[in-house]
Amino acid sequence: MSVNALYDYKFEAKDKVENFHGMQLLYVYWPDHLMFCAPFALLVQPDMSFRALVDDIIKPATASHPDSARADFLKAQWLLNDEPFTPNAEASLTDNGIDHKSMLTVTTPDLKGMAGVGY
Amino acid sequence: MAVQNKKLNLKDKYQYLTRDMGWEPTYQKKKDIFPDEDFEGIKITDWSQWEDPFRLTMDSYWKYQAEKEKKLYAIFDAFAQNNGHQNISDARYVNALKLFLSGVSPLEHAAFQGYAKTGRQFSGTGARVACQMQAIDELRHSQTQQHAMSHYNKHFNGLHDAAHMHDRVWFLSVPKSFFDDARTAGPFEFLTAISFSFEYVLTNLLFVPFMSGAAYNGDMATVTFGFSAQSDEARHMTLGLEVIKFILEQHEDNVPIVQRWIDKWFWRGFRLLSLVSMMMDYMLPNKVMSWSEAWEVYYEQNGGALFKDLERYGIRPPKYQDVANDAKHHLSHQLWTTFYQYSQATSFHTWIPEKEEMDWMSEKYPDTFDKYYRPRYEHLAKEAAAGRRFYNNTLPQLCQVCQVPTLFTEMGAPTKLSHRQLKYEGERYHFCSEACCEIFEHEPEKYIQAWLPVHQIYQGNCEGADVETVVQKYYHINIGEDNFEYLGSPDHKRWLSIKGIKPADEDKNAA
Ligand SMILES: [Fe+2]
Ligand SMILES: [Fe+2]
Ligand SMILES: [Zn+2]
Repeated sequence: MSVNALYDYKFEAKDKVENFHGMQLLYVYWPDHLMFCAPFALLVQPDMSFRALVDDIIKPATASHPDSARADFLKAQWLLNDEPFTPNAEASLTDNGIDHKSMLTVTTPDLKGMAGVGY
Repeated sequence: MAVQNKKLNLKDKYQYLTRDMGWEPTYQKKKDIFPDEDFEGIKITDWSQWEDPFRLTMDSYWKYQAEKEKKLYAIFDAFAQNNGHQNISDARYVNALKLFLSGVSPLEHAAFQGYAKTGRQFSGTGARVACQMQAIDELRHSQTQQHAMSHYNKHFNGLHDAAHMHDRVWFLSVPKSFFDDARTAGPFEFLTAISFSFEYVLTNLLFVPFMSGAAYNGDMATVTFGFSAQSDEARHMTLGLEVIKFILEQHEDNVPIVQRWIDKWFWRGFRLLSLVSMMMDYMLPNKVMSWSEAWEVYYEQNGGALFKDLERYGIRPPKYQDVANDAKHHLSHQLWTTFYQYSQATSFHTWIPEKEEMDWMSEKYPDTFDKYYRPRYEHLAKEAAAGRRFYNNTLPQLCQVCQVPTLFTEMGAPTKLSHRQLKYEGERYHFCSEACCEIFEHEPEKYIQAWLPVHQIYQGNCEGADVETVVQKYYHINIGEDNFEYLGSPDHKRWLSIKGIKPADEDKNAA
């Protein structure tokens, strides 16, 4: 479908990768941990390693959750844009196929959040 | 005009002052005078079929409104002179006003602009006059609301720069983008969006919480505004229904177009009202009714009857109403815990509900509160007591369409986010729900331009890279005064001193 307009209606997407000064957006969702109300929106370097993403960004972002200390994200189950995904910890985000505005979903099967209701 | 007959009867007056204001052009093409009238595909065969149930003319409009205004301002004056703010239920209530002033009053102004522009586009005089009067109403609403609430600005924080905040603050992009979407549509979509879907179908869910909320919490200034706007709203609602019936009766080709608009604008309105749901359940110290009760009465019952009535035109209820109906058990709680964790970036305070309030919620939400949400507050209270009041220090993903963080859960699966994503012209887009995703798919060219506050911060367009600088410099939220937890805030301390109660940590914080 297409917008109905009085003239040739064409505009730039506002969030193209070139607007982020060499960085890119990445979203990370940790199911069953709704203490964090929505997936995180992160600004990341495309050439950072997956391990650095986990250690330097995801760990601190999730630190306030009681499950965080026990979470071994590198050994957890991952989805990249809703598809099964096995990260290479030493490879860069780009080499892992993680492009601008991708979403990672990380499930920790033994950690299901608080109160038995995924909080 | 009939000069000898000095006093016109009402019917003649209406005819002269409205319908006779339109004429058939002779030296200009009608199409050039009303260039926006048909590009949306709506077919109007006979504008004279337009019924104006109020038959109000400008002269009586001015007279009537001026009288109302005089009374209204007399009450505002009395409220200020008597320090009316001291008689409210609790200072937590003022946070509802902060949300209203920054989230709703600017929409009244946007509505004024929208109706002024839209009214100009119709070749039918009845519709033009109705839009013109509503434009003036909405301008008045915006102004009188600001006057009603300005007294609070002298005594509480967070009310000092509402219009500026409306254009910039992350959660205020939800109401702002809602109206921008409507105002950039064609004239018939605008009326379907605002007059019908918002004013007619959903308006009670905005005005009952705020105006009855004001009454229950001793806020006479805002209550009085509510009363003075009531007769206007009655007109707006009637216009909303008239608009939809008129369009549907004009041509059968209009039906599918209008149906899609109803689907879209019901959903956009419902997402916007999620802010009201939390205000209703959490920000009113004296509760009026719960969000789920309000939804049942004003949407499920009233809306149900309405859509039954529209069936004969071939219109069915909004596509995703089942999702909205199911969400009534969860919405306010999911929203409040979101704002609780991002209070470092809000112009109002948040807090953990008191014990009696939680018991009220258990009663009002028997199937969900104790199971899903009470444990949240128990955890948050424990953390706060240990000196670790929870703030989420990472920015959230936002929905490309409604711009709310993608916090909503699947129907029937309240621990699973209802996130969706798609690719359009090589670019990825994320949504809070199937319904928002579908709105995008119909008009991708429009929503790819969305000014998403989180992405704007990351692009460096908000005067700083860290939240603190953005909040202070770009949003004009005064850190430590307007934002963070309510308990121990300057507002809280001021309230305790008004009430002659010493704060618990009286030595450190003697006012
Ligand atoms: Fe209004
Ligand atoms: Fe209105
Ligand atoms: Zn959405």
